[in-house]
Parts: sequence; structure tokens; C-alpha cells
Amino acid sequence: MQAQTANNFDKNARAALADPVLQGALQNLASTFGTRRKAAIATVPDWEASRETARSIKSEVLGKLDKYLGAFADNAEANGAKIHWAKDAKEACSIVTGLVKERGAQMVVKSKSMVTEEIHLNHALEAEGVEPVETDLGEWIIQLAEETPSHIVVPAIHKTKRQIAELFAEKVGTDKDANVDELTATARRILRQKFAEATVGISGVNFGVAETGSILILENEGNVRLTTSLPKTHIAVMGIEKLLPKFTDLGVFLELLPRSGTGQRLTAYQSIITGTKKHPDHEGPEELHIVLVDNGRSKMLAHPVTRQSLACIRCGACLNACPVYQSVGGHAYGAVYPGPIGAVITPQLQGLAKAKQLPYASSLCGACREVCPVKIDIPELLLHLRAEITEGTSNGAVTDEKVARRRGESIAFRLYSSMWKTPGRYRFFQKLARTSQRLVARDGKIGKVSGLIASAAPPLGAWTAWRDAPAVAPESFREKWERKLKNGGKAE
Amino acid sequence: MKVSLFVTCIVDQLFPKVGECTVNVLRRAGCEVEFDDRQTCCGQPAFNSGYRKEAREFAERFIEIFEQSDAEAIVSPSGSCTAMVKHFHELFPDDPAWRERSEKIAAKTYELGTFLVDVLGVEISGSAFDGRVGFHDACHGLRDLGIKKQPRELLQGIDKIELVELPDSEVCCGFGGTFSVKYPEISTQMVDRKIENIEAADLRAIVSCDSSCLMQIGGRLSRNGSKVKAMHLAEILDSHE
Repeated sequence: MQAQTANNFDKNARAALADPVLQGALQNLASTFGTRRKAAIATVPDWEASRETARSIKSEVLGKLDKYLGAFADNAEANGAKIHWAKDAKEACSIVTGLVKERGAQMVVKSKSMVTEEIHLNHALEAEGVEPVETDLGEWIIQLAEETPSHIVVPAIHKTKRQIAELFAEKVGTDKDANVDELTATARRILRQKFAEATVGISGVNFGVAETGSILILENEGNVRLTTSLPKTHIAVMGIEKLLPKFTDLGVFLELLPRSGTGQRLTAYQSIITGTKKHPDHEGPEELHIVLVDNGRSKMLAHPVTRQSLACIRCGACLNACPVYQSVGGHAYGAVYPGPIGAVITPQLQGLAKAKQLPYASSLCGACREVCPVKIDIPELLLHLRAEITEGTSNGAVTDEKVARRRGESIAFRLYSSMWKTPGRYRFFQKLARTSQRLVARDGKIGKVSGLIASAAPPLGAWTAWRDAPAVAPESFREKWERKLKNGGKAE
Repeated sequence: MKVSLFVTCIVDQLFPKVGECTVNVLRRAGCEVEFDDRQTCCGQPAFNSGYRKEAREFAERFIEIFEQSDAEAIVSPSGSCTAMVKHFHELFPDDPAWRERSEKIAAKTYELGTFLVDVLGVEISGSAFDGRVGFHDACHGLRDLGIKKQPRELLQGIDKIELVELPDSEVCCGFGGTFSVKYPEISTQMVDRKIENIEAADLRAIVSCDSSCLMQIGGRLSRNGSKVKAMHLAEILDSHE
């Protein structure tokens, strides 16, 4: 398979559409998660009010992020945690691998974490001779398959039961016809052994509380609880945007996140970790390191439009609701964060030049905005990024690398703009279209156009490859108006 | 009530009958209809493709033309183009005068169905359509303007019609402007899912408030050789069969 990068979304998408196994795996995504989500949000008395509250809490944090980060760091350290600051992925990886190696660990257990995917921590650990073991079942499957997650919440959603059984048969020696119970029992047995051996556990963070220095991690499998409490050392990696001001702010986010993500009222486990093991309860790790990762986030913070990207709580609802994601799956986006939120975050994290197709990978239908629990206006962000591309201005917020102008497209838009702003030229264009379409229009419509005409007018070729196009009408509305409508329907 | 028709470029050039039906329906609802033929396009293609400067020029032109009308409302047979007019103010972040003018124009601009139901509150009597129809909720109308019940109320008022609720009527048809030609395969897969539901419901027509979605759905139906017609709300309201 070719390398899937964010800059060949078109090719990746075509491959995804032509893959019947993937299409089968994606088929029930919308109905399953969409239906569960609807049922779950119906249990909240005023869903809209909760969304508003959550968004305003996030806006407060993002407006004064320096203050809240300072408070979080002070309070976490007062409780025995050690805070590390990483300006980018490289620095974050070197902090974590440094900590692991100092402790002499050759293997670490990991719970599911998008930020560690973002910084490619597993590669960094492996390069240092440390074996990272993913302990979330979906993540473990992906790790065995040497793939990347295709969904923020359900990383192996692109795989069928059959494929997973075959993968396990090859990698861990189960029967290739093993059923789901047998597969999960095997995973459990192997992973429990790893938990027993590990001296370092690495996790992500769902929310950090500035007021107390606590971190909250949500999960369903119990592997986070084990990762953060069995090994002597717990390293938590978190993006700097994950903060909430007060402990009581967690309430509304616990209401929103599981319902939006998996359609659960609450995840099976919620681990709130405040510092290291203390008397009298003896819970938690002996050593807690929290690595705060910037990696492009403070750039997003700088612009009022892009700032809202940082409100994301990684619930995955926008992926499940997106008809484009439903069609092509997560790998087509060629980046760690797929779907609508990925289409706005990836160009900001990697630079527009490396992900210039993604802002266009949307029909702007707005289904993502409708389901987002923190009311991120993803279509607005997509339009903002599109404008950054056409204007070649990054406002210093998004990327330093300029994107090559789309010459053909920008000429077409200048032409459209100059023709259609003058009624005379607009009418001229109409007549020109009417004359030239004689080559291709039959009975008021244009069927499949190919060859020279399609190369001369690529949009017409692309449209008619799959759909008939309406021909330009022999009498336009304005002509009809002039001839008869303005007099109440009677021709002059 | 005097209304100024914003017919939209797509209706003007590709679906003039929709414009004619809109005029007929508005007149039946008791409106005096005017049409300023200096109008062309709202600029949405430029806005949605990131060409803000060009979009701004279209917006200014639109505002200047419609400001000169003494009509109480601007009515358009498109939820999407109406939504664009409501977005005009975003194009003038640093220009309070143009923002104000944008907001004034936006406040009196309505999509046809919303105007008939929410503003005029009239029943359109005398329409008849013999057959089963389904309604496709066009995205911008649905999510930017809150259009949901108005077209359904109007359809229910048509004689002999049978309105069926389609599964996933709120899911995008895959048009998305330039998206439909930038990613034609994805766009087509999206419309195919829509069409599966349309065909399963055994409809005579699929109805919507936007000619662009109907061009997508209708174009694919036509390519498939389907018998189902893609019809604009105005066309079905102007049917007497």
C-alpha cells in the first residue's frame, strides 16, 4: 500500500471506496453510533445548555491558558507530580524516552492516547530499544497489525472480526476461526502478563483540573486503571489545551463526552489522579510525570477563528456524523486525526502545505457542527483554512510554509467574478454556454463527457463521469421574466 | 406584500422553470413580485472556495442592488443562497458600515418555504400532485436557517399528495459545491446512499428547497435511468395534476 499522507487524500479516498472489506466495516458506523448517541443525549434534560456551558468553560480556559497552565503545574507539583514542558513532538518524545530509560525499563504499558499517536511516541520508544505495549484492545489490534488508528475513539473500526481473527492467528497463535470471546480472552491473558511485568505506564489525559492539579482519564476496559496504578512510574502525556479551571467543571464534560463519543451515559471507568501515592489510601503510582505538549497548539491559540480548534475533547462524534468519513474511513485522511476535526487540526499541526487537500475534504454540510458537544464551528474553520490557502496568508497562526497557489482555480474564480458581476457579461456568458453546449447537450441534459471536452472543462468531466448535468436552458429565467412573467404571465 | 425575487444564478440559467413557479406561487399567495435583472450570483462559490475578496465584491453588489428596492422582503427559491446572504456580514470583519448594511439586507431575506409559512402564514390552496413524494432536507437550509417543518407543512397542503419521511433525510446529498467535482467519487457515493432510500420508498418525486441538491440527486437519478423526478418545492406547489 502506498504511503497515506494528508496530501493524497484524493488517492487514498478512491482506494478506500474501492475496498469492499473496508466499506463493509464502515457500513454500520453511522447507524450504530448515531443511534446510540441520540438515545444517550435524550437522557440529558437540556443538552443545548450543557453544550453552551462546556463551550464557555473551554473559551475561558483558552482565553487565559497561561494562567491556568501555571496553576495546574503548581497544584500538580504540590501533590507530588513532576511537570515537564514540551514545545514540540520531538521534545515530548525525548522527555518520555529519557524518563523510561532512566528507570531502566525495556517495556512500557500504554493506554490509548491520541497525543502520543500525534507525537509518534511508539516509534521514539522503539528507536531507543523500549517495547511499547498498547493495552487498549483496539489499539493493541492496530499495533499487532502495524497500522495507525482510523478513528479517535474506536481505533480499529476499519477492521472486520474476520480480519482480526486472522491477525491474531498470525501474531499470537489463536485459531483462525476463533470467536470474539476467545480473541478477547487471549488479549486479556497476554496483556495481564505485561501489566504484571511493567515498571512504567504511559497514558494520555482527557481533562486536567487547574484548581487541584488532577487529571481525569476515561475508559471502558480497565486498562487505564492498571496502566496508571500498577507500574511504579506513571507518565501522563497531555496537550496543553486539556485544562478545565475547577474540579466541578468536570461534571458537564462527563455528561457530554461519553454520550457524544460512544453513546454511553458514562464510561465504565473514570480515573481521577491527583498526584502520587499518599497515606492513608495508598492508591496511585509512586512517581507521576505529566508531560505538557504544545506542538503547534499555541499557534492555533493566536487566531480567534483557529482558537476554537483547541476546544475539542476528542469524542469522535464529528467523525461518526460525517458522510465523508463514513464513505472513506479514517486512513484516507493520512494523518493521526481523521474526519472533520482532523481536516481542521491536521493542517494546523503539520502546516497547510503538508495537508492542503484536507480543508476541501468536506461538503460543508454542517453535520459535524451539529453534533459537536463543545460547539466547534468546523465548517467555519474549513472555510478559514481554504481562504488561508487561496490568499497565501497564514496570519502567522497556521503555518510558516506557503502553499503553492492553485493557478487554474484562481484564474477560474477571477473570471467568474469579473464575468458575473456585470449583467451584460453575465448574459454574454449565458449565450456562450448555450452555444458551446451544443456539442454535448441532448434533450436538455448533458451525459458523460470525455476526451478533449472533459480535459478542456475538468469540472464538467468530473461531474458527468457519474451524473447527468442539466443543460443551460434555452430561455433563462430573466428572459422569461422579460417576455411574459413581468406582465403577470402574458407574453408581450 | 411586495417582494423582490432573488432567483439565484443556478435557477436563472439551469432551472428557469423553478423561478417561474416561484413567481406563480408568490402571486397566488397574494404578493406583488418584482425582479431586478441586474442581479446575478450571491458569491457563494467564491466564499466556499476561500476566495473572500471575490465573495466580498459579490456581496457588495448584491446589497447595493437590493437596497434600492422598496420591497418588504427578498425571497429566494434556495436555502443555500439565502444562507449565504445571512453570512455576508462575516465578509466585513473590519468594516462596520458594510456589516450593518449586510445585516439589514439579511434580515429581510427569506427562503421561499419559510417566507410562505413563517412570514405570510398563508395556505397555498389549489395545488395538486398525485403521488408519493419524499423531502430532502438541504444542509444549509436545515442547519443555517432551521428549515424543517415549513416545507413539510406546505407539501401536506397539496391535494392528492402522499408525503413520506425518508430515512436519513437530513444527511447531505454530496453536492457541496466544488466538492462535487473535486471529489466526484465520494460525492457520488453520498448521493447513492440517498438514492437507495429514495428508490426503496417508491416515490414519484423527491422534493427539496435547493436546485443545487436537486441537480446532484436528479443528475444521478437520470444517469441511473430512474423514474423518480427531482422537483423543487416551488414546482410541486405550482402543480395542478
